[in-house]
Amino acid sequence: MRSQFDKQLALLNKEMIGMGALCEEIISKVLKVLADGDGQLLNGIVTLGAEIDQKERTIETLCLKLLLQQQPVAGDLRQISAALKMITDMERIGDQAEDIAEIIPFVVNRPAKADSLLHEMAEASINMVTESVDAFVGHNVELAKKVIFDDDIVDNYFTQIKQELIAEIIKNPEDGECSIDLLMIAKYFERIGDHATNIAEWVEFSVTGVHKEG
Amino acid sequence: MSDIIKVKNMCLWYGEHKALNNININIPGKSITALIGPSGCGKSTFLKSLDRMNDLIPGVKITGDIRYKDKDIFDASVDVNELRREIGMVFQKPNPFPMSIYDNIAYGPRTHGIKSRAKLDVIVEKSLKDAAIWDEVKDRLKKNALGLSGGQQQRLCIARALAVQPKVILMDEPTSALDPVSTSKIEELSSKLKKDYTIIMVTHNMQQAVRISDQTAFFLLGELVEYGKTETLFSTPSDKRTEDYITGRFG
Repeated sequence: MRSQFDKQLALLNKEMIGMGALCEEIISKVLKVLADGDGQLLNGIVTLGAEIDQKERTIETLCLKLLLQQQPVAGDLRQISAALKMITDMERIGDQAEDIAEIIPFVVNRPAKADSLLHEMAEASINMVTESVDAFVGHNVELAKKVIFDDDIVDNYFTQIKQELIAEIIKNPEDGECSIDLLMIAKYFERIGDHATNIAEWVEFSVTGVHKEG
Repeated sequence: MSDIIKVKNMCLWYGEHKALNNININIPGKSITALIGPSGCGKSTFLKSLDRMNDLIPGVKITGDIRYKDKDIFDASVDVNELRREIGMVFQKPNPFPMSIYDNIAYGPRTHGIKSRAKLDVIVEKSLKDAAIWDEVKDRLKKNALGLSGGQQQRLCIARALAVQPKVILMDEPTSALDPVSTSKIEELSSKLKKDYTIIMVTHNMQQAVRISDQTAFFLLGELVEYGKTETLFSTPSDKRTEDYITGRFG
């Protein structure tokens, strides 16, 4: 009865998975550059950022077409409106990754502090992004709740890193600039965690109809 | 707003066939209630029960309680004509009488004993104004109503219903035979009328229910499956059958 509509919704899901995969890829690349100092990868990051922007346009167009043609209600309406909100967060994740990439040349080959914590934080935030997209695809409220819960872990990393960097600035004021750059990187990862949390909250809305207050 | 119509444990049979099963619903006054559901689910039957139009069909049996303004509409003391004056009806197909526009509107009031030309003039003008058609017909009140367009005829029928000063207006798919412009005029009119009247409308147009109604009742196979605020029912329905119907998975 609604096979055309179901096909369009399946396409929307596929595009969302694609955009989620691009977000995971861009953060993984950023993490690799941060770990290995491989500057070659930086160009790829800019290309990926542009692809994410393009994907956002494509999904936006598809959602508007679905709203116009199908006049969705109930679960369909929630899924499409959630997708429209989620792509804004995904696009911001891409932007934050690019922002990190811009800072990396200033911190590689410098006396890096808080390194291991920063890598752990990066991995935790990538994990949140992956799981938030998986939750959307699988209509998985439990997984979405886990992502929302995990945001505290990433926030704690940020606090710890900040403490370490403050101590470092006091100890070696001449390396202050590098410490500030590292703090900004940590802040961007913390923001990525926030965006993943937003995505997870929209997943919860899409499935249950209830969006977290405030 | 307090509930103007209260229905409790209502069942309706057409002969052996049970068309409505244990309906419980309270309808608030001065609001628009949409009745939705697939064809044959009982929504029009339910609508017609509210002004006892089903009395006219042989073999119909109704049990349970239907109260209008807290009074049992089947009580022996109820004057059916008076009940139908208070609870008017507008049908799917515009059905003006084959007479002048003026006489169409004056028909009801005349039946109820108003003879004064001056009084009738006032009623005709007010009813046509309230039904948002006065400006289109004021210069041709003596012309035959059948010469009006479908959309105008339907607004004329609404004006005719308003002329006897009802409290409730039942509408059975009032726009399904109309073009989008006429449809939108009737919808706007309904939203305006709810300031003074209670409107209960059967519609197959989901978007219409979403646009204009305050609460929606979903009927399926003679049962009231779900009833609640329109916004809630169409965004987060609580029953799986409601979700399946409004998203087009069956029906």
